[in-house]
Amino acid sequence: MRRRIGVGLRYAVLIAFALMFLAPVIAMVSTSFTGNERVIQRDLDNIRVFWPSPLATTNYDEVVTGRVIGGAPFTRYLANTVLIVGSIVILGVFVNSMAAFALARLRFRGRGILVAVVVALIIIPFEGVAVPMLLMVNRFGWLNSFHVQIVPFIAHPFSIFLFYQFFPRLPKEFDEAAKVDGASWWQVYRKIVLPISLPVIATVVILQSLEYWTSFLWPLMVTRGADYAPLSVAMNHFFGTPPRRWGQIMAFASLTALPLLLVYLGFQRWFIQSAAQSGVKG
Amino acid sequence: MFSQNLLRTRTGEGSAATFFLTPAVLLLATFLISPFVMSIVFSLTDARLISPLPTEFIGLRNYQRLFSDSSFWQAFRNTFTFAAIVVPVQSALALFLATLIKQRLRGINIFRGIYFMPVVINMVVVCVMWYFLLLYPEGLVNSIVQTVTFGRVGPLSFFDNPALAFPMIMVISIWQGVGFQMVIYLAGLQGIPTEFYEAARVDGASSWQQFWHITMPSLRNTHIFVIVTTTILAFKLFTQVQVLTQGRPLGTTNTLVRYIFVAGYREMRVGYAAAASVIFLLVVLTISLIQRRLLTEEREVR
Repeated sequence: MRRRIGVGLRYAVLIAFALMFLAPVIAMVSTSFTGNERVIQRDLDNIRVFWPSPLATTNYDEVVTGRVIGGAPFTRYLANTVLIVGSIVILGVFVNSMAAFALARLRFRGRGILVAVVVALIIIPFEGVAVPMLLMVNRFGWLNSFHVQIVPFIAHPFSIFLFYQFFPRLPKEFDEAAKVDGASWWQVYRKIVLPISLPVIATVVILQSLEYWTSFLWPLMVTRGADYAPLSVAMNHFFGTPPRRWGQIMAFASLTALPLLLVYLGFQRWFIQSAAQSGVKG
Repeated sequence: MFSQNLLRTRTGEGSAATFFLTPAVLLLATFLISPFVMSIVFSLTDARLISPLPTEFIGLRNYQRLFSDSSFWQAFRNTFTFAAIVVPVQSALALFLATLIKQRLRGINIFRGIYFMPVVINMVVVCVMWYFLLLYPEGLVNSIVQTVTFGRVGPLSFFDNPALAFPMIMVISIWQGVGFQMVIYLAGLQGIPTEFYEAARVDGASSWQQFWHITMPSLRNTHIFVIVTTTILAFKLFTQVQVLTQGRPLGTTNTLVRYIFVAGYREMRVGYAAAASVIFLLVVLTISLIQRRLLTEEREVR
């Protein structure tokens, strides 16, 4: 009997916290599906904020196909964001794993110093170098473009470090056997090391996607208008431009959150493992 | 399958290393090391983002101006206050949630998934959804506040009230980020051998005693990691402030990064912003070095 009460209490605590994490999200989604702005205004001070009525998708229609935000539809910003984050992550996997491969598997002069430099670079926060970088890309004539949001972020010291920690665990005999067979180092990297490094690739991809999907300071400084702006900048712009139409704002917010949430639902274990792995530093 | 191209095997490892390292080294040198050096160099000049005049060396004048600007010190203090409150609260909450989801209960993975979920939501979206609940005067939180206090308190203008705006930003930041630290603590908890607890139970230790004498000391490295990474994240605070308050009311929510952003981008005073960046970098690098020190000490002790 006492045990059953104990279990009930534990679930009560778990559910209370779950509601705290879910409530703002449910309010956002239900408001986005409420078709009438006056109803939203009327219901936002009570429990009905968590239930869409009248249920309608008009907000989504307006946000997805209309040009309510900076003269462009949601899909434009989504495409921008996917292109930017996708490029950083895909190019990053190659550039960073290649560097780590050399640091972990090859013998050459200056290797120790280079490893130390990479480890030291992990702690430089981007925010501290953003302003000189702004001046630099301005001189390059890169402002308002995709590459200004991609190229500076491809090489990533922490990702190099994660790969570097993982590679020595692979048996060295693989390299030697392949070399005896006449493989080049590129083939060793491409055909042996990369395929068995999927766990660490997944970690790097997830951590970088989280970081750049939500990046805000840099795109705010280097983009103008809708052509190159990512979702976070568009969301901020839409939110900050009166009059606020909450139905549309919440539809845009829901759609902005949706892609990563869907990926998260599908790969939850991977996300949680990646987060945990970011902690096994040092 | 690798038998073609015997010649390449003879290639020295040095030239292979050059090939593999060149992209990363070039990119890091251009986009991390040189802006880092430029931060320091520009901080001694009057560089501007766009200017017809040539840039001139002005010594430490940027720093003098910075240190005599009360709004810089306000941003500096705010950033430290934010870290001083958010870091312990968020870490303690993360540890508590980790112990909750470590329980062997049916459906526990669902709760773990829900607690971690805010981590994958774009921070701007997080701000928007919270702003909606905190609307003045008619938001849901305001009506809850008025109901529980029988109308004696509120409605509160959360983001215009100097006493409330920053605490609200703290709450929102913790809500979004706590799941990440929770997962790191969970990994730490799972690393503690169960024999420790069994032995303690044999000795008649209460669960409270077990927590303080086994769990907490065993998590030493996890604590250091969580506290330092959360501290650094706290020092980078920008998005929430920019979206919700732009530093208002009366600069009570302004932060170091936002101060750098306004000076360097809005006012285009690159040299001055670089000086503020150098201060910011000094703070963050010091914290990181302390972490590394603590972690290596631990390893030597073992």
